[in-house]
Amino acid sequence: MNSIISGKAWKFGDNISTDHITPGRYFHLRSNLEELAKHVLEDADPSFSSKVKAGDIIVAGRNFGLGSSREHAPRVIKIAGVSCIVAKSFARIFYRNSFNIGLPLLVSNTEEIDEGDNLKIDLEEGKIEDETKGKILTFSPLSPFMRKLIEDGGIEEHVKKHGDFKIK
Amino acid sequence: MGKTISEKIISEHVGRDVRPGEFVVARVDVVMAQDGTGPLSVQELKKMDMERVFDKRNSILFIDHASPSPRKELSNAQKLLREFSKKTGAFLSDVGEGVCHQRLVEDWVNPGNLVVGADSHTCTSGALGAFSTGMGSTDIALAFALGKVWLKVPETYKFIVKGKLPDGVYSKDIILHIIGKIGADGATYKAMEFEGDVIENLSMSSRFTITNMAVEAGGKTGLIGTDGITKSYLKKRGRGNKFREIKSDSDANFEKLFEIEANKLEPLVSFPHTVDNVKGISNIEDVKIDQVFIGTCTNGRLEDLRIAASILKDKKRHPDTRLIVVPASREVFLDALREGLIEIFLQAGAAVESPGCGPCVGIHKGVLADGEIVLSTQNRNFEGRMGNPEGFIYLSSPATAAASAIEGKIADPRRYLK
Repeated sequence: MNSIISGKAWKFGDNISTDHITPGRYFHLRSNLEELAKHVLEDADPSFSSKVKAGDIIVAGRNFGLGSSREHAPRVIKIAGVSCIVAKSFARIFYRNSFNIGLPLLVSNTEEIDEGDNLKIDLEEGKIEDETKGKILTFSPLSPFMRKLIEDGGIEEHVKKHGDFKIK
Repeated sequence: MGKTISEKIISEHVGRDVRPGEFVVARVDVVMAQDGTGPLSVQELKKMDMERVFDKRNSILFIDHASPSPRKELSNAQKLLREFSKKTGAFLSDVGEGVCHQRLVEDWVNPGNLVVGADSHTCTSGALGAFSTGMGSTDIALAFALGKVWLKVPETYKFIVKGKLPDGVYSKDIILHIIGKIGADGATYKAMEFEGDVIENLSMSSRFTITNMAVEAGGKTGLIGTDGITKSYLKKRGRGNKFREIKSDSDANFEKLFEIEANKLEPLVSFPHTVDNVKGISNIEDVKIDQVFIGTCTNGRLEDLRIAASILKDKKRHPDTRLIVVPASREVFLDALREGLIEIFLQAGAAVESPGCGPCVGIHKGVLADGEIVLSTQNRNFEGRMGNPEGFIYLSSPATAAASAIEGKIADPRRYLK
């Protein structure tokens, strides 16, 4: 795993729901994730999918990803090129779904990060460098199993590699 | 030290004593997906060359969200589920059978079970003393094939509801009050246990309404210990022999305790666009509504339809307010039909739709127009939830919804109690 992630920040507020990320009116596109990804986060920022570039980082407030269990939500965020999400907190199912598909989520105080800031994240060191502001933030350490899921590239690769869930 | 209900059930399914914060691999008793999440589970199983299920009867696919299908893309996704069921023997609950969470408590879940479902409201079954939680499609795909999941053992918050519920106030108002108080992320990751004399006196139907909404406070599951009411429910469902007592130990560790005085509650309404935006009916000024929806896994059971029908009997909906009623399952529909409730709804001017999730999912059976307002008995009011981000969703009990359908604006149901 490459433990360094760099990208531009896209800022969102509190309580961004799975309905903001993958609106119910696109329910019929769930079997076509590439198409669904063209509408990613449409109800929070209608032009997000046309602006986001590969490697960019979503920065949000509290309770990101609340709501439905739909794994399509983190999947389309990943398909859109987002490399990581940093938020004050995450909803539980979204959290586990993201690690299961190999998308790292980091919990940090995102107050001082602004949209457009260039971030450099070191997963090993537990640091987020806001290069635009010249500031260093820390994030809550990932549990060993979450680290392993990211290293293995998600739960499917993990099970393929270890033949089972390898908690210890 | 004693254990909470979650710690007991997870320990039994891991095969050793577990404590909060631990990552474990647990075997599961019941695994399910629905037509919004199941197709991705099936695709992943195909990709991994693992198209099989660990237990045919307890691996279930529910076609309830877009049911019957309103578009060809969804029809094709549902076809995939039917083919998977034929190939693997997984149980199929097809169009018209009802909402997954209602069907699970009707015919599957027993006290002490560990249940996982690809739907966030899987926590509903927790009212039967089961550890039941929502996950994503890939988790559920692996659970179908392997019969196990990875879990982090949650800490538990205890909610003690004391006193007596005033007339016109229901279990929906209790859970809206709790979510309003602790916030939409007030119990993130935690198991939420509900007890106290008010909970002890609630029917199973009312209890399911409470555990159904645990996830709206961020909870991993909602739980209620088993008692005589659980026992008679299971007996009536033909599963009396599956009853067992399961409660938290008196010396179990609860991370937080909350006490709720039921006597002080009034009918509540959750305002757009987050569930924790809760207001008391006495503080609500004129809110005109375009549509009322009574149904869902939260409040689409027979008891809910009885309450709504008792208010709507010999009355008409307001001419500017559409009324949609969706029984949660085929069995609920049949019972409501036999009791004459469906006739009351039709006479009142309602559109009664086939069992399933109805308009709650935002794809059919009542999508809002721009600027329109709906008052619904469902569990969630996020922007865009019901198919239009320009719509406004308010949440209430079936009684408040029925009274509001008559008046065409958010109305106090206590005026209609006989």
